[in-house]
Amino acid sequence: MTFKYNCVFVEDAATIAGPYEAKGPLKKYFDQTFDNLYHGEKSWETAEAKILEESIRTLLKKTKKTKDDIDVIISGDLMNQITSSCYSSEKFNFPFLGIYSACATSVEGIILGSSLIDGGKVSNAIASTSSHNMSSEKQFRNPTEYGAPKPKTATFTATGGASILLTNENTGIKVESSTIGRIVDYEQNDPFNMGAVMAPAAADTIYRHLTNLNRTPDYYDLILTGDLGTYGKKILIDFMKTEYGLDISKNYNDCGVMLYDLEKQKEVQAGGSGPVCSALVNYSVILNLLKKKKVKKVLLVATGALFSPTFVYQHENILSIAHAVSLEVIK
Amino acid sequence: MKKHQPTETRSQNAFIAFVTGGLVGVIGQLLTEFYAVFFEISTKDASTFMLVTLIFLASLFTALGFFDKWVNFCKCGLIIPITGFAHSMTSAGIEYRKEGPIFGLGSNIFKLAGSVILYGVVSAWFFGMLRLLIMGG
Repeated sequence: MTFKYNCVFVEDAATIAGPYEAKGPLKKYFDQTFDNLYHGEKSWETAEAKILEESIRTLLKKTKKTKDDIDVIISGDLMNQITSSCYSSEKFNFPFLGIYSACATSVEGIILGSSLIDGGKVSNAIASTSSHNMSSEKQFRNPTEYGAPKPKTATFTATGGASILLTNENTGIKVESSTIGRIVDYEQNDPFNMGAVMAPAAADTIYRHLTNLNRTPDYYDLILTGDLGTYGKKILIDFMKTEYGLDISKNYNDCGVMLYDLEKQKEVQAGGSGPVCSALVNYSVILNLLKKKKVKKVLLVATGALFSPTFVYQHENILSIAHAVSLEVIK
Repeated sequence: MKKHQPTETRSQNAFIAFVTGGLVGVIGQLLTEFYAVFFEISTKDASTFMLVTLIFLASLFTALGFFDKWVNFCKCGLIIPITGFAHSMTSAGIEYRKEGPIFGLGSNIFKLAGSVILYGVVSAWFFGMLRLLIMGG
């Protein structure tokens, strides 16, 4: 399912990043960073909601909008019942749509928002997402103070909140087209190797996007996957070549690899993950490159592992999904 | 998929675990000797004192927030001894404290340690029965 948009544009975006992300190479591109993972709150969960709320507030400030100017917010995160999204949006009273597709949530939000705008139903929409390393560890793995060793393929959930404002007014950066992903099962069941779980989903979506629009990989200046990590990135390049005969190695990178300094930050193992991982990279440094017209055509492929601890304990496979959206600089 | 799987440094991990686990054992032995001489009690009582000391230290260091980093470095060297058991309970306790004393702390403190206790009790019963049948008590 691939479609083109006529009049959807990116107005601006806001990113709030946590302490581990601030130590990485992208620090200067974030709107705000903070040092303490609690961020002045009593629990990890309320901290995550507060971070997401701040990203929306910063976005409103940057774009000089008031909360009455926003037609709809589409938001999702990793927490059960997407609580971070609900509790942060409640502060603003926007019309609210909650979504979930794990780490592919950011692009799903952009696809839905763009479709509402292009269909003429709303004139603008915010797509936002968040994740928090500690709240995710607590929900999906072990208590945060429990120091169980992890294998090298494990990824590190990024901490932060990110929001993007889409509009029907021409701003120079167009949301050009998008591809809705399919759920893929490649019989992977290792929660410490999400890169291998998600790479086939990313490959499927990139392949369908390119063939539906009759494009080759070099049509894009950059193809960015969400959070495959070091090993998932290698798998995807290899998979695209052997399965579909497409070479993406020249203009492809992964946000999970870009977010951290993998040489110095050993604690992140294979790289970043979480819904906010791709959003933090795309809405900061990549949007900046688009604004400066240093890159003109970018394909964002957010990848999500639809991972449930319950199903893994019941010996079911981990499913994955990837959504793609293409951003273009126009005159 | 398989060919991009990185090789874990298993022998190195095992060696670190062997050394650090051994160190915990040495500390335990020293503590036992110390208590036995200092308090003039039997070695059996002293070893109980030693266990309590190790549990206390592991819980304290978990609460102070750096024990998880040690465990990460030492691999299973700190998880297999009683320090790991204390660590699992304290970390769960700290994590779920915010949901209140009943639904948080009370119902989650054995989240990781529960299986150790259950199978510890079951295997103790099993081996106790074996001993009774073979050796007559």
